[in-house]
Amino acid sequence: MSEEVTAEILTTHILDLAGKGKRLDGRAADEYRKITVEHGFVTTADGSALVRIGETAVLSGIKLEPGKPFPDTPNAGVLTTNAELIPLSSPVFEPGPPQPGAIEVSRVVDRAIRAAETIDLTRLCVTPGEKTWVCYVDIHVLDHGGNLIDAALLAALGALTHATVPAKRFGIAEADYPLEVLHLPVECTFVRLGETIMVDPTFDEERAAQGRLTIATDETGRIVAMQKGLVGAFSPEDIKAMVERAFAHGERMRAIAKGGNA
Amino acid sequence: MGSVGAKDVPVLLSPEGLRIDGRRVDELRPIKIQAGALKHADGSAFVEWGANKVMAAVYGPREVHPRHLQQNTKAVIQCKYNMAAFSVDERKRPGLDRRSQEISKVIAEAFESVVFAEEFPRTSIDVYIEVLQANAGTRCAGLVAASVALADAGIPMADLLPAVAVGKAGGAIILDLKKEEDNFGEADLPMALVPQSGRLVLLQMEGHMTREELSKALDLGVKGCRDIYEVMKQALRDRYMVTPGQEGAA
Repeated sequence: MSEEVTAEILTTHILDLAGKGKRLDGRAADEYRKITVEHGFVTTADGSALVRIGETAVLSGIKLEPGKPFPDTPNAGVLTTNAELIPLSSPVFEPGPPQPGAIEVSRVVDRAIRAAETIDLTRLCVTPGEKTWVCYVDIHVLDHGGNLIDAALLAALGALTHATVPAKRFGIAEADYPLEVLHLPVECTFVRLGETIMVDPTFDEERAAQGRLTIATDETGRIVAMQKGLVGAFSPEDIKAMVERAFAHGERMRAIAKGGNA
Repeated sequence: MGSVGAKDVPVLLSPEGLRIDGRRVDELRPIKIQAGALKHADGSAFVEWGANKVMAAVYGPREVHPRHLQQNTKAVIQCKYNMAAFSVDERKRPGLDRRSQEISKVIAEAFESVVFAEEFPRTSIDVYIEVLQANAGTRCAGLVAASVALADAGIPMADLLPAVAVGKAGGAIILDLKKEEDNFGEADLPMALVPQSGRLVLLQMEGHMTREELSKALDLGVKGCRDIYEVMKQALRDRYMVTPGQEGAA
């Protein structure tokens, strides 16, 4: 049977189940899959974290290098986020330049990190207008089981909170020091399946979804970024309810990114 | 490569004949292989070898992309070797470079020598190798991971392909170079062996060696490959062997 046919049968089944408030893997509508974070997975990185959400695995590595500040922000450091949806991680990804899906993951994660002022960019500046730290956040999706955005930001945050500024290696200071992280944004993604809104969609649920919404919150109670994706619509009431759920999940996920597992 | 903080050439071989990490000249770094490390690939393997961490995934036989590469009599084997930006000391710019393309090509050709590609005409067998953390010998680690991943995907082939780099550092022929030995040593010679035939399907060399040294290096490499071969087979046994009474538990 072709992949398209099985996908369509699966979609119908997922929507049938959703009508009864059920999910294929037996989870409740507001339940995440198991989340684990492994800090320092890559020792060549200045900070790294491997995050697993169910069958999804995302690895983020931080690299800090001296560079030039942008002319319009001479006192600020530079932060760039790049996500690679490499074909190793899923039969649906093909080699080549970044596809819209990868660009969306990069940008949504980047926006949350920036808007939450996760890092004080002025603290990265070494000599105004001339020398600053460039902080590269590289995100590698290893196993695509759905909900890449939440896993990607969690991995990025896990890497940032455990990153070291290699100041000694580049001759900028006497010793290396920990990268200062001011805020802890996490994203929480929902999909609509029929009339039910489910958190943390699997790959098959995303394919069946009638709309996806990602909400980024921080520890101070701010919403710092949102992104609606896929074809579909949400009512303002739906969105308000999702925001409440995002804050509840966010608190737990922040604790996971910083330290232990849950 | 020459990393930022590297100024002086380290002592690569002590008077006692020990290497920078305490190994003897003919000793491999610790190697760990997990077959079936990914959920969504047809076959996969994760290799931790010294300070290398390499993931490999295999997809196929499946439709050929791009279409014009399709062959009517056999499967094409397409290999993509890629290094993560954070896998090395100085951040590597993401994307294809000439080095990765060359490595991808020689690895694909090594597999073409052992995979029974004629059993799957008009298809593609796609091999993806991602170097997550690099410390010399990544093409060999990638090849070993990909070979176990091909077996995990159930692709029929003549044999597994163990691989290792031999080299010369501090005047001695050494097995399985680590980063400092690769950067400051005198020669690097990666190879992949078909254990059942005793033939090499990948062989590259950079540096300088005498004829006698090369001969010694080849013998040492073959011996190293045979040791790695055992680890590869054990990884597949660990994944697939079922003990009586526990059938279906895996």
